[in-house]
Amino acid sequence: MNILILLPIAIPLATGIATLLAYRSRMIQRWLNVIGSTALLAAAIVLLTEVAGQDILVTQVGNWPAPFGIILAVDLFSAIMLLLTGIIALAVSVFSLFTIDAAREQFGYHQLYHFLLMGVSGTFVTGDLFNLYVWFEVLLISSFVLLALGGERAQMEGAIKYVTLNLMASAIFLAALGLLYGIFGTLNMADLGRIIAQGLSPQERGPVTALAMLFMAAFGIKAAMFPLFFWLPDSYHTPPVAVSALFSGLLTKVGVYALVRVFTLIFIHDTGFTHTLLLFLAGLTMITGVLGAVAQYDMRRLLSFHIISQIGYLLMGLGLFSAASLASTIFFTVHVSIAKTALFLVSGALYHRYGTYDLKKLGGAYHHMPGLAVLFLLAALALAGLPPLSGFFAKLGLVRAGLAQGHYLIVAVALGVSLLTLFSMMKIWNEAFWKDRPDHDQRISSLRGEGRNWTTLLISVASLSLLTAIMGLGASPAFELALGAGAQLMNPDLYIQAVWKGAP
Amino acid sequence: MEVVLAIVVGGLYAAGIYMLLRRSLVKLLIGLAFLSHAANLLIFTAARLNRAAPPVIAPGEQALTAPYADPLPQALILTAIVISFGVTAFALALAYRTYRSVGSDDLDEMKGTEG
Repeated sequence: MNILILLPIAIPLATGIATLLAYRSRMIQRWLNVIGSTALLAAAIVLLTEVAGQDILVTQVGNWPAPFGIILAVDLFSAIMLLLTGIIALAVSVFSLFTIDAAREQFGYHQLYHFLLMGVSGTFVTGDLFNLYVWFEVLLISSFVLLALGGERAQMEGAIKYVTLNLMASAIFLAALGLLYGIFGTLNMADLGRIIAQGLSPQERGPVTALAMLFMAAFGIKAAMFPLFFWLPDSYHTPPVAVSALFSGLLTKVGVYALVRVFTLIFIHDTGFTHTLLLFLAGLTMITGVLGAVAQYDMRRLLSFHIISQIGYLLMGLGLFSAASLASTIFFTVHVSIAKTALFLVSGALYHRYGTYDLKKLGGAYHHMPGLAVLFLLAALALAGLPPLSGFFAKLGLVRAGLAQGHYLIVAVALGVSLLTLFSMMKIWNEAFWKDRPDHDQRISSLRGEGRNWTTLLISVASLSLLTAIMGLGASPAFELALGAGAQLMNPDLYIQAVWKGAP
Repeated sequence: MEVVLAIVVGGLYAAGIYMLLRRSLVKLLIGLAFLSHAANLLIFTAARLNRAAPPVIAPGEQALTAPYADPLPQALILTAIVISFGVTAFALALAYRTYRSVGSDDLDEMKGTEG
């Protein structure tokens, strides 16, 4: 029994309950939110230092031995994702200190925030497929309510689409689980990986590949992969910015995490088919996402399309399927979550000041807020992949892995898409920051940009933007860590043996 | 028996997807409910249907004596039913609020968030 593994689940649960107990005082709830997020970040850092020595931590819940009980396992990849969860949670909780309106706070914003984090952490630590389904539902139901909380018409319309497609994904996931259990009689991921690695009989190969496709569809919907992404740009821009930022940083990445886990540990019997398909879909995801983004004038819709395009890069690393490419995917995941959350928070700061997300109505922000402009530029150029920021090293890793394996087409697509990303980031820069304000008689509320509200906004944006710069300048140790995680993923025996050995 | 259940599962999937493709919000929800029922029944069928003893270790024995029924699929289905119950309740409330704010249950009227 290793208590440390339970902390990323227990801390958000405890914080959620504590905020429920403090429901009379909004101020206490807010600070509990920040304290809980800080504790989650601290727990994630401790876990990462434990795991960094190449050990895989395993806990058998209820002390049931390996294939029978539910296993919680943390390898380097899980630990890195937990660290990312902590970083995003803390930054967004600081941002939401003074930006969430009273009605939303009274109807459970802070509670849902932490139950969502509990679901996200749960998916990262579990080693059992059915348990993964349950954690998915925990985070989904919290995200449904967070998305719809407030009850504006646009939110309702966005939530209907989001809920429908995610429930469909859950139904597909559940059906795939049931069939997999029917074939192998186990749902423990390490056990499944062990059985499939021992070789499949010819009658089993077909069904197992079909099941792999079902899992790809189910997680692909959640990750917003190419033909399954339509729910995302229709819903992510409707709730308050803090919620959009949290979703953009964490939720699609949970889908990517599940894809990576399942397609490195379990379904590796026919990589020539499954991983080539992933590579193909990765290219299409990049292209459609970025082309959608180029056409947008609503800042948050534009950023939502960019989420999709970046998911393509993450899938590219999985499709290439080597230690170096998986390491790049992991590095890229951390980079893109931080940069994208920072950009969403910048759009929130602009809204706070000017009262609109429409790029045509924005302008002159560089003149009014040079500090914010610099922070935006850091995150935007990191996303586009300019050296020495984090995105450059993430893309460099992917491109080198692609060239090493001779996949020149996907490399060309990745580079072309980065140019278009740069173009659309420069569009935001030109429209929102550089050009003059279009209508000077529209009142600029100079008071809204003052005081402690503004300070907390700037602190949260600044911490994330500077983090992308630090990740770029200190790319070497960060990439070393990602390489370790990639090597672990490419050698599933380590995971399987750790689970089999049980509690250390 | 497997064949009958397989046809029922297939029918539920077909009906569910047909309902999802309708424009009415209520039919959409019915379609989602059908999909989750189909998935539950699928787990039930995929985990073998057999007439076997309940999985209880007899007094004085150390292990189960075959043939016994596998209890795990039923535990999975039970969990999935509870989850889909909660989610369906939420979806109904959401649909009602959407109907109140849009004034229609036609999904084609809900294009305000598309650009």
